[in-house]
Amino acid sequence: MSIKILNPGLQTTIQDLGRNGYSHYGISSSGAADDLSFRLGNLIVGNKENLAGIEMTLVGGDFRFDIDTNISLTGSKFDAKIDGESLHFYKNTSIQSGQVLSIGQSMQGSRCYLAIRGGIDINNVLSAKTTHLTSKMGGLNGRSLKKNDVLKIGDDQKSLKPIIVNKLLDIDMSKLLIIKGLQSDYISKSTWQTFLSQKYIVSNLSNRMGIRLEGRSLKLDNENEIITEGVPLGAIQLPSNGFPIISFVEHQTTGGYPKIASVITSELHKVGQLKPGDKFQFELVSLEKAETLRYEREIYVKRIADHG
Amino acid sequence: MNIHPAYNSIMVSLSNSAQLDQINTYLKDALTHYDIEIESKTRTVEIPLVYGGEYGPDLKRISNYSGKSESEVIKLHSEAIYTVNFIGFSIGFPYCSGMDESISTPRLETPRKLVDAGSVGIAGNQTGIYPLSSPGGWNLIGKTPKTIFNTKNPENSYLKMGDQIRFVSIAEEEFQKVSS
Repeated sequence: MSIKILNPGLQTTIQDLGRNGYSHYGISSSGAADDLSFRLGNLIVGNKENLAGIEMTLVGGDFRFDIDTNISLTGSKFDAKIDGESLHFYKNTSIQSGQVLSIGQSMQGSRCYLAIRGGIDINNVLSAKTTHLTSKMGGLNGRSLKKNDVLKIGDDQKSLKPIIVNKLLDIDMSKLLIIKGLQSDYISKSTWQTFLSQKYIVSNLSNRMGIRLEGRSLKLDNENEIITEGVPLGAIQLPSNGFPIISFVEHQTTGGYPKIASVITSELHKVGQLKPGDKFQFELVSLEKAETLRYEREIYVKRIADHG
Repeated sequence: MNIHPAYNSIMVSLSNSAQLDQINTYLKDALTHYDIEIESKTRTVEIPLVYGGEYGPDLKRISNYSGKSESEVIKLHSEAIYTVNFIGFSIGFPYCSGMDESISTPRLETPRKLVDAGSVGIAGNQTGIYPLSSPGGWNLIGKTPKTIFNTKNPENSYLKMGDQIRFVSIAEEEFQKVSS
C-alpha cells in the first residue's frame, strides 16, 4: 500500500490545495502551484479534489508502486512511461504492484502532477499536507522527496467514481490577466503603458516563492517603499530596481514594496507553469471581469466533477 | 480564508468559492457597527538573551555605527519595552517596535546565509527575533535560548502578537541551562 521513490527528480513535493488560515503567523498557504491541473488530476482518478498528490518541476522522478491502483498525470506534458511504455496525460491509468512509473523532462511548461487513487496518506501539519519548502513545513518533513522515501497510499474506499475529461481548457500562456493593486498609483500612466506593452521574460531566479521578471525597468514615481502590510497570493510587487516580482504560493506574508497589480485568481494556475525564459505580456481587466472569470472557472471544475 | 493584521492594515483573503460582494457588505457592516475596545491587559514576556560574542556577532558593528560603547548599546537595548506589532514576513517572525533610535543600524549589505534560531537582530529602528534558522540580513546583537514560536501549535507560542517584550541579559552558562 505504498510507493517508493527510486529517483526524486529536480524538485518533487507532496502537495494539496494549501494550508489556509495561518498567514497571520507568517505562513503562506503553499499548495499545488498549478491548482487547476492538480484538481483535475484528483477528479480523474476518483479522488476528492484536495487529496494529497505529487508535484514535479521541470524533471520528473521514478516511482515504484507496491500497490495495484489507478493514477493520472496532469499539468504540463512530461515524458512519461510505465515499465517503458508511454502513457497519456489526463487519463485514468491502472498500474500494478511492482511496476515503475518513470517521468522524464517537461516537453511544455514547468510542472506536472501525479494523482494516485486514495491520495498520499501522511500526517497533517496545521490541517494540511502541502509541503512549504521555505518554512520547512508539511509534506514529508517539510522537504522535497529523496531517493528511497516511501509514501503510504490512502484507503480508496471513500474515493468517488473516476472521471473522463473530454474537453480541456485552451490555455493562452502568452498573456496573464491582472487587476490593479493597492499601490497602482505609485507608477505614472506612461509607466503603466510600459508595464502593459512590454513582453516580460521569466528569470531563472524564480521559484515557488516568487516569479522574478526581466524587461525594461519601471520607474517608481515618488516613494519606493510602503509601511509593511499583508501581501496576497499573486500580488505583483515592484522593488526599487523596477523589475516586478509575482508573489507565489510560498510568498512572504507581509512586505514593504508597492503592489502595483495582482494576477487574477482564475489565472494563478498559469503562473505555476511559467518557466525560466518564457515570455508573456500582462493584460489589465476590471475587478468585475476577474470575478466573472473566477466564477466560470469554478463552474468548469464543478461540471467536470459532476459529469466529466 | 486568511486574516492578516500588520501595522496599519488588515488583509483578508478569501477562498475560491467566496462571494466578494457579500463579504464586502459584511466587512463594511462589521467595521461600522463594531465597538472597538482597546485591550488593556497586555502580557509582558521576558526574553533571556546573551549579548555579544558569538551570540551577537554584530554588536561591534552596532556600537561603531551608533558611536556608543558595547555596554551602552546593551543597556539601551535591554532597558526598552518592546511591542510585538504583528507576526509576518516569514514563519513566526515578530515585528517589534519600541527600540531606542540611537542604536538604529541599517541591514547588513550582504545577508548571512544562515542565522541561528533565537538570534535577536536590529534592522533600521526595528528589533526582531529569528524563530527558526534561516538566511537573514539583520545585525545580530544576541541570542535567546527560548523557542519563541511553536510550529506545531502556533496558538501556544511563547511570543504572540500584542505582547510586550523585555530583553533580560543573561550569562552564557544560563543560556546552556535553559536550552538543555
